[in-house]
Amino acid sequence: MSVMSVYVDAVARPARALARDTGIVMARELRPVLADPFSVLFGMVQPLVFLGLFGPLLAGSLGGSEDVWPWFVPSIVVMTALFSTSTTGSNLLYELQTGAHERMLVAPVRRSALLIGRSLKEMVPLVGQALVIVLVMLPFGFRFDPLGGLLALALLAVFGVGLGSLSYALALAVRKQDWMFWLVQQTLLYPAMILSGMLLPLSAGPGWMQALARANPLAYVVDAERALFSGDYSASVGWGWLAAALTAVVGLAVGIRSMVRSAD
Amino acid sequence: MIRTRALTKDFTVGKGRVVRAVRGITLTVEPGELVAVLGPNGAGKSTTMRMLATLIAPTSGSATVAGFDVVADAAQVRRRIGYVGQGNAAGHHQKVRDELYSQGLMYGLRRHDARRRADELLAALDLTELADRKVSALSGGQRRRLDVAMGLVHAPSPSRGPGQPFLLFLDEPTTGLDPHNRANLWAHIDRMRREREMTVVLTTHYLDEADAMTERVVVVDHGEIIADDTADSLKAKLAGDRITVTAADPGRTAELAELVAKLPGARDVTVARRTTAESTVDSPDAADTVQARVDDGPSALPELTIAAHQAGIRIAATQVFRPTLDDVFLNLTGRSLRDGEATDSEESQS
Repeated sequence: MSVMSVYVDAVARPARALARDTGIVMARELRPVLADPFSVLFGMVQPLVFLGLFGPLLAGSLGGSEDVWPWFVPSIVVMTALFSTSTTGSNLLYELQTGAHERMLVAPVRRSALLIGRSLKEMVPLVGQALVIVLVMLPFGFRFDPLGGLLALALLAVFGVGLGSLSYALALAVRKQDWMFWLVQQTLLYPAMILSGMLLPLSAGPGWMQALARANPLAYVVDAERALFSGDYSASVGWGWLAAALTAVVGLAVGIRSMVRSAD
Repeated sequence: MIRTRALTKDFTVGKGRVVRAVRGITLTVEPGELVAVLGPNGAGKSTTMRMLATLIAPTSGSATVAGFDVVADAAQVRRRIGYVGQGNAAGHHQKVRDELYSQGLMYGLRRHDARRRADELLAALDLTELADRKVSALSGGQRRRLDVAMGLVHAPSPSRGPGQPFLLFLDEPTTGLDPHNRANLWAHIDRMRREREMTVVLTTHYLDEADAMTERVVVVDHGEIIADDTADSLKAKLAGDRITVTAADPGRTAELAELVAKLPGARDVTVARRTTAESTVDSPDAADTVQARVDDGPSALPELTIAAHQAGIRIAATQVFRPTLDDVFLNLTGRSLRDGEATDSEESQS
């Protein structure tokens, strides 16, 4: 009876059914994360190295830490999101190999939900990691605007959904040559990072780098994060939201398309 | 429960090279049947099953499963089948109970029902004590039982009588398991079938398994069905029993062979060196054993013994080999089913 009534709903209200399927997938993805919250720290090792070793260097060469933290802490927050969401496809890659993914393709859930649920889940570890960084930096003199900080996390979450989707799409695209995943991810990661002005200001770089940065959505996200954490609601915030929203829309579209075609 | 008509599947490999994995399978499976699809690796067993489970679309032909077309009504088919693929269904980072619970939700159960269903299946497949373990911590046999449990999440519950028709696909359910775990898994599948209304279609390359466990064997080779019957009737029709008889005096082996040739249905009569373990040493008079195929080995041998006695030939040893499905396959194709599977050590048993 319950199966029957759910079925009627599925036909009558596809959006509601999609939301239900997405919720199931997201809850499934979140369970291991919540059961072992320390697992999110693994994704933070590299950003914390940058924060601990690169940060003081930056402070030394650009001025005191009071000047550098408002500039560099948002960078590290974005970097953490970048590292963890761009690698998340490897989890799917693993399930593609074991058969768990195949099992879900046979299950009566919308295939789009298999992607959306996974991508939305990215927001949780991402926000958790950002909070850890901000809290760790408070004793070192990092100060931020509370409302701006909240908006900064929201913006980052939207961006993370898009990037996570792209990472899943990559995993699906290379599922028959899985080593390609890390090759592509690493090849794209560092140029995107450097060309976002995350580590060093691009204003000191040559014109062609600045031109490339203008085409890099990550650069707008980084600028907007810095502005929001400092409580500066300027035009860069708007551009940042636009870049994040575009990344999310494109990422979800590409990801869903790959997921629907992932059966063979 | 399943009706296919001229089902084919082509795969494109490399530059425009097309491999025809399935070349026109027409098959009907009635509700409640237990059918084994048997064939060598690459015969098209799994491809056929994946088409029936809505994972891949057929190149041509059509198939209905539980009354719905696998392409046009894939969503309806998915609600009515359980599918246990060759891989492991559960995510390795997940806990056993959680995966069963999620699977229940995916199949439309409400939270409360999904939770109860998970507990029922854990108990049914002896997994209750492992419920809170991570899937990655399970042994191969335990993981396979969990796979079957996942495939049964929406099967009609035995306590609530017959529900809607339910079909379970098992793609090589016991491959890679040791004999103990294979027997254990089969005991579970057997019990499930007795408790509820369900149809089971499985692929296997374990001949003994298809032989002992299933009621109907569909032999597939090169993407086509080459035989479809009960194991017993396939063996009787297509193979026959093999007997070996050893004369006490090797000098009279030829005479003995003549007697063997007169037995009902005798064919393929050959004289060979005895191949039992204790006489592997080559000797000039070693060609002392007569081999043949006969219709009914157990009743032919007493007859032969009497005839030999009357002719004054003393028989030292006799043996009857019941045919295996490999003999059936050999007779159908001229190849052994095991030829392509020499690397699989489990296959060397019989």
